[in-house]
Amino acid sequence: MNEMLLQIDGKEVKASEGMTILEAARSVGISIPTLCHHEKLNPYGACRICTVEVEAGGRTNFVPACIYPAASGLVVRTRSEKIDKTRKMILELMLSHAPDAPALKDLAKEYGADRDRFEKEPSFCILCGLCVRYCAEVKKKSAVGFIDRGPNREINFIPEIASKECWNCKECFPLCPTSYLQTAYHLTEALAFPSSSFLRTRLRGTPMLGA
Amino acid sequence: MARINSPAELEEFRKDIISKKDPNRPCIAVCTGTGCLALGAANVVAAFKEEIEKQKLQSKVDVVDIRETGCPGFCERGPIIVIYPEEICYLQVQPGDAKEIIFETILGKKIIDRLLYVDLTADKKVVHESEIPFYKNQKRLLLGNNIKIDPKSIDDYLALGGYSALVKALFHLTPEQVLELVKNSKLRGRGGAGFLTGVKWEFARRSPDKTKYVIVNADEGDPGAFMDRALLEGNPHAVLEGLIIGAYAIGSHEGYFYVRQEYPLAVKNIGIAIKQAEEYGFVGKNILGSGFDFTIKVHQGAGAFVCGEETALLMSLEGKPGEPRPRPPYPAVKGLWGKPTNINNVETWANVPLIIKNGSDFLTSIGTEGSKGTKIFSLVGKVNNTGLVEVPMGITLRDIIYKVGGGIPGGKKFKAVQTGGPSGGCIPEEFLDIQVDFDELAKVGAIMGSGGMIVMDEDTCMVDVARYFLNFLTDESCGKCTPCREGIRQMLKILTNISKGRGREGDIELLEELARTTGDASLCALGRTAPNPVLSTIRYFRDEYEAHIKDKRCPAYVCKELISYYIDPDKCQACMICLRKCPAEAIDGGKNRIHIIDQNKCTKCGTCFEVCPSRFGAVTRLSGEPVPPPFPEEKRTIVRKSKDK
Ligand SMILES: Cc1cc2nc3c(=O)[nH]c(=O)nc-3n(C[C@H](O)[C@H](O)[C@H](O)COP(=O)(O)O)c2cc1C
Repeated sequence: MNEMLLQIDGKEVKASEGMTILEAARSVGISIPTLCHHEKLNPYGACRICTVEVEAGGRTNFVPACIYPAASGLVVRTRSEKIDKTRKMILELMLSHAPDAPALKDLAKEYGADRDRFEKEPSFCILCGLCVRYCAEVKKKSAVGFIDRGPNREINFIPEIASKECWNCKECFPLCPTSYLQTAYHLTEALAFPSSSFLRTRLRGTPMLGA
Repeated sequence: MARINSPAELEEFRKDIISKKDPNRPCIAVCTGTGCLALGAANVVAAFKEEIEKQKLQSKVDVVDIRETGCPGFCERGPIIVIYPEEICYLQVQPGDAKEIIFETILGKKIIDRLLYVDLTADKKVVHESEIPFYKNQKRLLLGNNIKIDPKSIDDYLALGGYSALVKALFHLTPEQVLELVKNSKLRGRGGAGFLTGVKWEFARRSPDKTKYVIVNADEGDPGAFMDRALLEGNPHAVLEGLIIGAYAIGSHEGYFYVRQEYPLAVKNIGIAIKQAEEYGFVGKNILGSGFDFTIKVHQGAGAFVCGEETALLMSLEGKPGEPRPRPPYPAVKGLWGKPTNINNVETWANVPLIIKNGSDFLTSIGTEGSKGTKIFSLVGKVNNTGLVEVPMGITLRDIIYKVGGGIPGGKKFKAVQTGGPSGGCIPEEFLDIQVDFDELAKVGAIMGSGGMIVMDEDTCMVDVARYFLNFLTDESCGKCTPCREGIRQMLKILTNISKGRGREGDIELLEELARTTGDASLCALGRTAPNPVLSTIRYFRDEYEAHIKDKRCPAYVCKELISYYIDPDKCQACMICLRKCPAEAIDGGKNRIHIIDQNKCTKCGTCFEVCPSRFGAVTRLSGEPVPPPFPEEKRTIVRKSKDK
């Protein structure tokens, strides 16, 4: 394995090929907040709370630490005024959906995020995809997936699979950073009203499947 | 047609095609690009064919050829025909004109004045295509051939020297030399980011893997843009030739066209082109006997804007949801199915044969320091000559809008030009003299993008424009990452509120803050560039935002919630025109009774304002001020002083 040397918050950090900035930082005890990240799952880079500043080749860029590969010569900053502002804003955007989620409240305190900055639209879901990815990658069932896109994106159980697989599993519930009630709700709905939920999946489909 | 097995055979064959074409034989080229087709070009073609049949029967030999071509760009005046060899250009041709054209122009060698372009500035009629100001001020390296060839005919392309660049590359240059030529030409990608094409090719070439892919990005999802469409529909072999040459330079043996299915004609024509190229031996195994193999497939996208983003395009090609992937790894390292992949825009590929054939200096001699060659724009909006224009890099915006575009219709004032598609920026009058290239546009807060250019006049509300584009982007965001999905959504909400008169102090600052987070932290360039329409309109038209927020006033009288129509009782002549035309039946009045608009019924469609005779000018628009109370009933009767009393 190739050893690499990069700098994180002024510290020289050793990393091996295939490591992300997040892993390299954690290996020396530098903490970076995450929400959609999970050790057992492939990096996803969706919530962007782990955004850090990276300097490479004379350019500074904001990148998600959880998915950005560590590389020799990178200069990484995990806290700065700009980073903190960005994280604050991302939190405020999420809080409009899940204002009482403990994980968000803790982070909000740290970054001074105002839970009332944006109008409440409680969907309870921040679309971190932990449930979706856990079910697909670890359980290999894909009983829950995303439907629709943009602001209409939401998670949805696929009734045919869920009705067979979910009652005895429910391992995704505790992964949910906001409140697994939402997950449970969707599950219940899928099981209790397979046709309506099925219809919704069908009607709204996944229009982005460019195939 | 048998396979062509060597350059010598190709030249032989080319000579043969050319010798069979009589350059003096009349030919009517009819644009059957999508724009002209929509204007009835198919009927025009049918009328010509019918007329020619009649001629053949009645008399002599057949006198003229008909060529159905791709789009030459002047969509505003379609259906367009050009008659060769004289290059006579007729505009807005109708099926009913066919007979006259055959008799007068083809047989009688006379010009039909009525169908010519009228140059109002010089007060004269223009006969030849190249003399029409719209064309005269362009440099049509890529689009110029569209009217000269039938896109379904590979022989037409060959007659114009087609595939000679491929021969040169395969037989006279090493892949490294091809790469060097493209690098030296300083060609930058035409799909948006303007990345140096040669450098990108080199990354893919250097990636250590036997399997590599090359892809033509023909997703073209910007509203109002149709440059790539016109190239694929009108001259597909040029793009194909560029792709094969690129594959050779990169060391790829498989290529894809990713075309949106909403482009049926493009899909069809590129399919025909590939089939013909296969038959001739320009695609497939051992191309022209060179030993180089290359196959191509066409993939139809379902039409999501984000699928034009290269990593989302790859996902879509792999049959997955079109969500962008994080970079790095870049496609040049890990692209389609994990293999090194080079993706270029249609127009980028179309430049390649020109560079190989004419050398890199050919491109570097045109344009500015940082941007070489030409760029195709789809010029739309409040401009006289809507259409596709190809101009040298470095031309000013003013020249594009006024010389090529013919200025603003209806004597209105120019307000802004938006470049770069939905995530482009709005450029005001004061910057009309900047040179159009990748870097100058970026300096003023816009982008080149893929070449959308929307002209706006004084009747455009800039808050509404920002709202419109953000609305598009909200719909088209894939929704995966928070800053893009939520940031754009919140910006749209604020803009909508402002345009409805619910704007609040601090909204502009909040927009700027949201724009920063969305622009910095989003996964792909959709989110990262989404703030452009907001930031550029705030930067140049802040006063309009403030008028909406503070005075609840829309200076351009666009935002319906902020405007009212009012009939000035001193000016109203009770002519009943507005009363009759009002679709909402919101106008009360009668003969000799001064009209009044019922504000509760009024839908603010503006019809009354438009139809009120200008000599009265009684209907006015109000914004930011209350509507005066209704005129007292007893004063509403107009007593006319009659002359004979
Ligand atoms: C939201 C979005 C949409 C895009 N759409 C297109 C497109 O329709 N066509 C295109 O060529 N490039 C598009 N791009 C740019 C591509 O990601 C990529 O940069 C381009 O295809 C590279 O080709 P070039 O180097 O020849 O420009 C888009 C980018 C984004 C972010």
